Amino acid sequence: MFRSVKQNFEGMLYIFPSFLLFAIFVFYPMVRTGYLSVHMTDFQGNPTNFIGLEHFRYLLEDVNFQQSVKATLLFVLYTVPPTIIIALSLALLANEKVKGIQLFRTLFSSTLGMSVAASSVIWMFMYNPAIGVINRIIAALGGEERQWLLNPDTALIAAAVATVWMNIGFAFLILLGGLQNIDSSLYENAKIAGVSYMYQLRRITIPLLSPTLFFVTTVSLIHAFQTFGQIDILTKGGPMNATTVIVYSIYREAFINYNFGFASAQAVVLFFIVLLVTIVQFAVVERKVHYQ
Amino acid sequence: MSIFRSMVTYILLVIGAVIVMFPIGYAFIISFLSGAQLLQGVLWPDEWSLRNYVTAFEKVPLLRYLWNSFIVSFIVMIGQLLVSSLAAYAFVFLRFWGRDVLFFMTIATMLIPWEATVIPNFLTIQKLGWTNSYLGLTVPFFALAFGIFLLRQHFKTIPFELYEAAQVSGVRHFRFFWYVVLPLSKTSLATLGVYSFLTTWNMYLWPLLVTNDEKVRTVQIGLKQMQTQEMATEWGVVMAAVVIVIMPTLLLLFIGQKQLQKGLMQGAIK
Repeated sequence: MFRSVKQNFEGMLYIFPSFLLFAIFVFYPMVRTGYLSVHMTDFQGNPTNFIGLEHFRYLLEDVNFQQSVKATLLFVLYTVPPTIIIALSLALLANEKVKGIQLFRTLFSSTLGMSVAASSVIWMFMYNPAIGVINRIIAALGGEERQWLLNPDTALIAAAVATVWMNIGFAFLILLGGLQNIDSSLYENAKIAGVSYMYQLRRITIPLLSPTLFFVTTVSLIHAFQTFGQIDILTKGGPMNATTVIVYSIYREAFINYNFGFASAQAVVLFFIVLLVTIVQFAVVERKVHYQ
Repeated sequence: MSIFRSMVTYILLVIGAVIVMFPIGYAFIISFLSGAQLLQGVLWPDEWSLRNYVTAFEKVPLLRYLWNSFIVSFIVMIGQLLVSSLAAYAFVFLRFWGRDVLFFMTIATMLIPWEATVIPNFLTIQKLGWTNSYLGLTVPFFALAFGIFLLRQHFKTIPFELYEAAQVSGVRHFRFFWYVVLPLSKTSLATLGVYSFLTTWNMYLWPLLVTNDEKVRTVQIGLKQMQTQEMATEWGVVMAAVVIVIMPTLLLLFIGQKQLQKGLMQGAIK
């Protein structure tokens, strides 16, 4: 009995730092966000009066919020599939056993070391209408120069292209690891059987890589819904709210307009969107994953 | 492999590398060009002068920001390693009430996007008087479910007999944890360390919220500040700052790449 009490106490002691911090910085704020979302708040973020689901009712009708949900979904669509496809292609290439391959692996993963702020500043300059490289190339090819970040039709895509570039490093590194885990004897058998590269890709590589693909897709999706830095630097949510993704909208509402209650309601929506995406990923997509 | 196939592979590899590396190389070249040269459309610097770098350090307290980023990343790294390894140890080696529930709760925190809780967290830091301090920039990140999970997966591979033997010979838990478990987990700890340092160094939203003066502001926010102030005229200086900011993490990545990949995979797959 004494032993078990002592064990319990010791276990709690080792867990304590984590759970104290989780309590203060994860569980409490989650509950508090929900609480603030059903209240009006003052400038210090203190709740003043209870208003029930009024914020949420307003969100449903709010054109700006609809726009930010739309921008977020489009942004996810423009970033996640291209990132996975490009990173997978690079990983397949980097998995070939040729001389000097380690150098290419390092280069392909390099964007993992690039911060969102630094990357965004570089891309901002590349998109610069007067002296940026993108318009220069287009002009040299005889195309039409554009104000990439100032035009509502192109701003979101421009931010998405920059983001795909930023995310390639991480997706590449994880996918390459997945490819290296595939038993090489399978490929030798395929070689003896004389199957084509595409057949081998479709029948051996992709199925065996599917747990890794699943992991990368899930992480990338969740990550994409949390986009903030590149929007803050590249477009500040403009032009005409074309790039106001949901986290940017929360930021603006809370920390520029000091409308903490309304911002919290949006944060609650963000939480449920991410939760829903995660559930769908695990309930629907994971069934197609081939575990060995 | 046929010669034709390896030729094609090399060509594709080089194309991929050029595309991926282009923005980084571009920033590097621009950092050696003056404002006037940029307007003229000069593509290659005629001299590799460090003028822009010197100006970057003069225009904003870049050294201060770099130091702040280093301190903050280092503290978060140590904090995460310590807090996560303690929890992971308990989850693997200790029996106590509610262990499985607590583990489930740990995993559940991964479902909560940090951005969804940022408002109360900001208010908490404000009430604690931790804005513009290293405390506010670091302490909220010490407990990391991903870190606990990653280390737990590794600790589980340590033979349980080792633990039983230690118990029999009366070795205390903390000694066993410190002198046996941690040394046996060097690779996982290194992975988590590199991961912590990289993610903290690159953090953007949180430092933007909790710093509003130069004292503890990190270099990422310094970049934003620079880009807003300098925009039209001195892009070369801004790019010099960018190159300075990306250097430490790129180096860390190049050194720790293999390690990071191996370690992250363990957490991802098992």
